[in-house]
Amino acid sequence: MHEFDLNNIRSNFSILEEKIYNKPLVYFDNAATTQKPHIVINTLDKFYTVKNSNIHRGIYYLSQQATDAYEKAREIIKNFMNAKHEHEIIFTRGTTESINLVASTFSKAFLNEGDNIIISAMEHHSNLVPWQMACNEKKAKLKVLPFDENGEIDLELLSKLIDFNTKLIAITHVSNTLGTVNPVKKIIEIAHKYNIPVLIDGAQAIAHTKVDVTELDCDFYCFSGHKLYGPTGIGVLYGKEEWLNKLPPYQYGGEMIDRVTFEHTTFNVLPFKFEAGTAHISGALGLASAVNFVQSIGFENIEKHETELLNYATKKSQEIEGMRIYGNAQHKASLITFTIEGLHHFDIGTLLDKFGIAVRTGHFCTQPIMDIFQVSGMVRASFAMYNTKEEIDFFFESLNKVIKMLR
Amino acid sequence: MENQTINQKQDEIIEEFSMFEEWMDKYEYIIDLGKHLPLISAEYKIDNNLINGCQSKVWVHAEYKEGKIFFTADSDAIITKGIIGLLIRTLSGHTPEEIVNTELYFIDKTGLSEHLSPTRSNGLTAMVKQLKMYAMVFKMKNS
Repeated sequence: MHEFDLNNIRSNFSILEEKIYNKPLVYFDNAATTQKPHIVINTLDKFYTVKNSNIHRGIYYLSQQATDAYEKAREIIKNFMNAKHEHEIIFTRGTTESINLVASTFSKAFLNEGDNIIISAMEHHSNLVPWQMACNEKKAKLKVLPFDENGEIDLELLSKLIDFNTKLIAITHVSNTLGTVNPVKKIIEIAHKYNIPVLIDGAQAIAHTKVDVTELDCDFYCFSGHKLYGPTGIGVLYGKEEWLNKLPPYQYGGEMIDRVTFEHTTFNVLPFKFEAGTAHISGALGLASAVNFVQSIGFENIEKHETELLNYATKKSQEIEGMRIYGNAQHKASLITFTIEGLHHFDIGTLLDKFGIAVRTGHFCTQPIMDIFQVSGMVRASFAMYNTKEEIDFFFESLNKVIKMLR
Repeated sequence: MENQTINQKQDEIIEEFSMFEEWMDKYEYIIDLGKHLPLISAEYKIDNNLINGCQSKVWVHAEYKEGKIFFTADSDAIITKGIIGLLIRTLSGHTPEEIVNTELYFIDKTGLSEHLSPTRSNGLTAMVKQLKMYAMVFKMKNS
């Protein structure tokens, strides 16, 4: 394990030196998107400056170079997730598109009237609505696995929800609102006893913990590049080869085509079958750079630091009168989501912004969670590897001032 | 004042805001306005009167009396309440014609325009639009 040098890490992110209203930026909206290190920005710059060309069918030098780099990026992601094959890595626009791809093609091929799909009550809308729509279309049922007051799900309830008509389980690895790290390995084990495939929404997990799809044995794993210190507009769908082969194509055109006549079209093999149109080439390269960057720091170091930040913030939150934290799972990612008694999340967020602090307010695309707790919204501070205890101190200092102003 | 024009009221607000050097004072003032906004009567605090496009809930009710429109409003967020309070103070008690034709320059001059961008979730844009919409409707009814 290399040494974790926070100052050195921060020096990779120029944006952290920015001033907001003449105050140093405190960026606590990492669950929405992370900042980008120089290496990622340089990769994008270099691609467009000296390598730009379209990939795969070009016979000239530049296109070969770009193709090699794009396929190298796929290999880097494959190794990062410990997938068995490179063609199990599909580049998408992000987690949402990855989930939509599976929901749409899986339901087309395998979902019938009377079937059901299981999700949890803590899903982001992106891992809820695509399944809801698929179920509506096929007259199937969407079953919801509840969570308890700490934000933890009960595996026994899962076994009870599963029946002969359950076709798929889709669940988040880490809740973007509650921070809960779900026992996905156990969920997959249970599901596989009944031969039910499992899709994991890894949007919130991928930057915080080592994801090994072979060890998890999940059937699908989705994540976004921009939450992993990479560019926006690029994401990944990992799918087991057998499943990706069984699913029909999602979109048509471009590289995903094998042979076309006016009467008939045959489709290309994996992974190209699912990559219609010109790929986000620079995005894939940028994502590969982000992965290299994260691996150079090491997940052991990242997890240790982020857990320290979480524990520190959780402890400090107890000193604030009327502060309620939502999500107290034993295994929790580095974020605190809260309300302050009698105050509106919008007011808190607006005033924290004036201190240069970026937090997210509202429902975080998890409206059912707001309904469960009967609140209109919450405030979320989510941490990344580059955040510091001093920033958390400043956050609570400012929060106290904000509360005083509003009371 | 009863017979101030909309622009006189706008100038008054601009002057009040010009005294604040610190953002904190400005927000304290808005919060204070929010705390003292006369409450909308409960019968009008219904979903039909909600303005869409705000992260906080905003209810607006308009009444038409003797050729003039009188607004009342409420919000569950105090800053939003203060801001809608300023809008109401400016526009309430004027004819539909005056309200429709008003350019709300005080928003820019007080620095409140940072809340105006359509991506800002407090939806000042939506509020202004809604108040003007009420005026438009009353104007059309009259003509």
